[in-house]
Amino acid sequence: MTAFLVVLVIILFGVAIWQMGKIFELSKTKEDNTSEVASDKDNNINGWLMLGFTIFTYALLAICFWKWGNVVLPEAASEHGSEIDTLMFVSMALIFVVGFFTLWLLGYFSFKFRGEKGKQATFFADNDKLEFIWTIIPVIVLAGLIIYGLFTWTDIMNVEEDEDTLIVELYAYQFDWRARYAGDDNTLGEANVRLIEGVNQLGVDASDPNAQDDVVVNELHLPVGRKVLFKMRSQDVLHSAYMPHFRAQMNCVPGMVTQFAFTPITTTEDMRLNDELAAKVKRINNIRRENSQALVAKGEDPLEPYTFDYMLLCNKICGNNHYNMQMKIVVETEEEFNAWMAEQAKLGDVLNPKEIAKN
Amino acid sequence: MSAHAHATDAVDHHDDHGHHHKETFVTKYIFSQDHKMISKQYLITGLFMGIIGIAMSILFRMQLAWPDHQFTIFEVLLGKWGEDGIMDPSVYLALVTIHGTIMVFFVLTAGLSGTFSNLLIPLQIGARDMASGFLNMISYWLFFISSVIMVLSLFVEAGPASAGWTVYPPLSALPQAIPGSGAGMTLWLASMAIFIASSLLGSLNYIVTVLNLRTKGMSMTRLPLTVWAFFVTAIIGVVSFPVLFSAALMLIMDRSFGTSFFLSDIYIAGEVLHNQGGSPVLFEHLFWFLGHPEVYIVILPAMGMVSEIMATNARKPIFGYRAMVASILAIAFLSTIVWGHHMFISGMNPFLGSVFTFTTLLIAIPSAVKSFNWITTIWRGNLQMNPAMLFSIGFVSTFITGGLTGIILGDSALDINVHDTYFVVAHFHLVMGISALYGLFAGVYHWFPKMFEGRMLNKNLGYVHFWVTVIGAYGVFFPMHFIGMAGLPRRYYTNTEFPYFDDLTDVNVVITIFAIITAAVQIVFLYNFIHSMFHGKKGPKNPWKSNTLEWTAEVKHIHGNWDGPIPHVYRWAYDYSKLNKDESDYVIPGQDYAPQHIPLQENEEEMHH
Repeated sequence: MTAFLVVLVIILFGVAIWQMGKIFELSKTKEDNTSEVASDKDNNINGWLMLGFTIFTYALLAICFWKWGNVVLPEAASEHGSEIDTLMFVSMALIFVVGFFTLWLLGYFSFKFRGEKGKQATFFADNDKLEFIWTIIPVIVLAGLIIYGLFTWTDIMNVEEDEDTLIVELYAYQFDWRARYAGDDNTLGEANVRLIEGVNQLGVDASDPNAQDDVVVNELHLPVGRKVLFKMRSQDVLHSAYMPHFRAQMNCVPGMVTQFAFTPITTTEDMRLNDELAAKVKRINNIRRENSQALVAKGEDPLEPYTFDYMLLCNKICGNNHYNMQMKIVVETEEEFNAWMAEQAKLGDVLNPKEIAKN
Repeated sequence: MSAHAHATDAVDHHDDHGHHHKETFVTKYIFSQDHKMISKQYLITGLFMGIIGIAMSILFRMQLAWPDHQFTIFEVLLGKWGEDGIMDPSVYLALVTIHGTIMVFFVLTAGLSGTFSNLLIPLQIGARDMASGFLNMISYWLFFISSVIMVLSLFVEAGPASAGWTVYPPLSALPQAIPGSGAGMTLWLASMAIFIASSLLGSLNYIVTVLNLRTKGMSMTRLPLTVWAFFVTAIIGVVSFPVLFSAALMLIMDRSFGTSFFLSDIYIAGEVLHNQGGSPVLFEHLFWFLGHPEVYIVILPAMGMVSEIMATNARKPIFGYRAMVASILAIAFLSTIVWGHHMFISGMNPFLGSVFTFTTLLIAIPSAVKSFNWITTIWRGNLQMNPAMLFSIGFVSTFITGGLTGIILGDSALDINVHDTYFVVAHFHLVMGISALYGLFAGVYHWFPKMFEGRMLNKNLGYVHFWVTVIGAYGVFFPMHFIGMAGLPRRYYTNTEFPYFDDLTDVNVVITIFAIITAAVQIVFLYNFIHSMFHGKKGPKNPWKSNTLEWTAEVKHIHGNWDGPIPHVYRWAYDYSKLNKDESDYVIPGQDYAPQHIPLQENEEEMHH
């Protein structure tokens, strides 16, 4: 794979060099070489190269798709995610059609109308009809896109909370995440960084009754098919909770609580069976095996084989270890989730251990 | 031609201005008040900063492509942050931060707009100099001081600013959060504050000059599109830069004087800070109120120059002059009300997100009109493929490919998942980085003879420079969209902590190889630039057979630009290949252009522009 890419780059570079050589060679003829203004020969060569460049642009895009079309994210694992994916597809299709034609016109005209001594250009300064057409077409197309986009956006961002909504606080700090579940009462206890002390890492108000059944964990578990409302907080600087597979992202801002909600629809287990993703994981493991061989040869430990898990990444520059601020996300069935939850310690017990003793 | 006969009746007190007083080395080359010299000072300072900025990008690209590899060059260039050839994470962030700052402000704002506004505004409107040569000189020297401070900040002990070029607090406000937020950040803010002062002085000068010093006959509707672009750019600068200044000032207060504009509820390094009630989102609003118009400050001058160069080299009028002016104005207006599209997921009210999506996608309309008009301009032209023309065509290409992905990022719903990924990096590099650079190169190739007294850049080196650059630039930024859509966040020092991204290593290698090739070929340009400055072939007075007034000015630089009286203007700037009434020949027989200072000919139909 890498070898192929290197070869590809070398070929493309070679083509560039070859083109350069040709320019040099042809422009070194004696006749018109005294001037730094383009001669007919320059016009001709560069006109052809413009045509070639347009084709290069298409070819490069095609190669990117062919080689790397499969690195993009697999289908969305959240309910609203498919809406985003559809909107993305529509926008992309539009971009490709418009891009293809305009680049073709640009490249082809550059070639077709390359200069020649004595040729006469057309004095064409204005045409209201034409300009009206290419003003009104973008207006209509963009109006459609705007309306479509706004409906999707409003749909995603206007959270309607119901009894079944799971409330989870995502807590960001340099350089890790914590998740706090609201517990049986589904209400998060009050919290403020001024209360941070010892084990009370999130600054939860230990005297708040709502906080007693809260659960703080460092691995995010979500039951499939149930809406989750995330309340984001940050302890120090800006962070961004990015969950690419769920098409979800929201900044964590010190001093305020931000929110984002989605419904996971695919469990981790099911996602691992997704064809696209399975193929990707297989490729990744091939790469890791190759790299491991090199490491072992150097006397170092081989890399662990990779199994897919959803992840939460920090996506807002937050300091030196920004590149490694992550949390695993597990989507599982309601039963598995409940079983896992039952094993977790309640915050009340953690913060007020004396009361346990009394009881 | 009869032009001079008509023009000489103008009474002009400055007729032989340049001959009276001898200039010393200091007044001519250092503290010069002459707009032509100041423009060269801007350009050379900008190019110098550009070399630093691009070299930095190569360093961090190498880190991204080969994270496990040890490079001696890291040790040589980065010193204690590159021990054993391994780049330190903090210096990685510093490199991306300073790369962004330098390229956006020092190269593409000052180096592009500063250079060409200074060179072309007086020459193209027919003025002897800027409205205030003194302010103009101050403006350059403030820019120079801010450049020096920015470069010096690279050498402070804890490292330069490293909170990203957007310097969002609290990261940029707290040295506990990242080492670069200590003295490095202080210098960054000082440098930017001075930069803003420089930019404001420059912009006010440009505005006044365009409004007041146009020669007789040069109505606003006869201005070349370059001048329109510089003029509107200056207005945007005056409207938005002061807001950045206030943001910088408030950040300085938060950092040094204990205020809480942007800070609240922070627990860091084991203690709670006293700050209460501020909001980082406020900083984002203030920053992007400049930050977004800033990208148009960068791209509008390039658009103006491309329009001018395309018309000249196509030997055709720019298509839809009025629509071009209208779209410059529309873009300028809209640019000040779209800043929120950088903040869809910042925690601001989602309703605002809807509003900003609406205004953002609106901006695509004037952009589309401009693109179509450029394409129509080359349709049925007689294209003279000079390097400047090639870069102009390249500009339209990258403006289209980069601009189209803006439709995705401007859509709040789609932004959720590509925000702050490499998709954004690819988008803005193509649409404002590479495009503006092409505009800069086009301008340098086209107006080099005007800057260096008739000397021209070597065209063959120009062709090599162009073709390798355009291929390399797409080679860098096309693949980058894909790693963005794979969910790879930007500003990660290495991606090895996520096995999920292991299959992106190849792509990163390809991107880096293209980046190195593209950066390397800029050396060809630098060589050409420096060599031609002293040994370039002297071309004719009007080498590109252009219509605008600068080509009627003296080739040799004299203070006051025109040895005789200032030419008067009788027509717009785009009478290329215009035929006479009976279509038997061009309006000036045998010459396919009619410069602005040529009066209307007999047998010529007047156009109303």
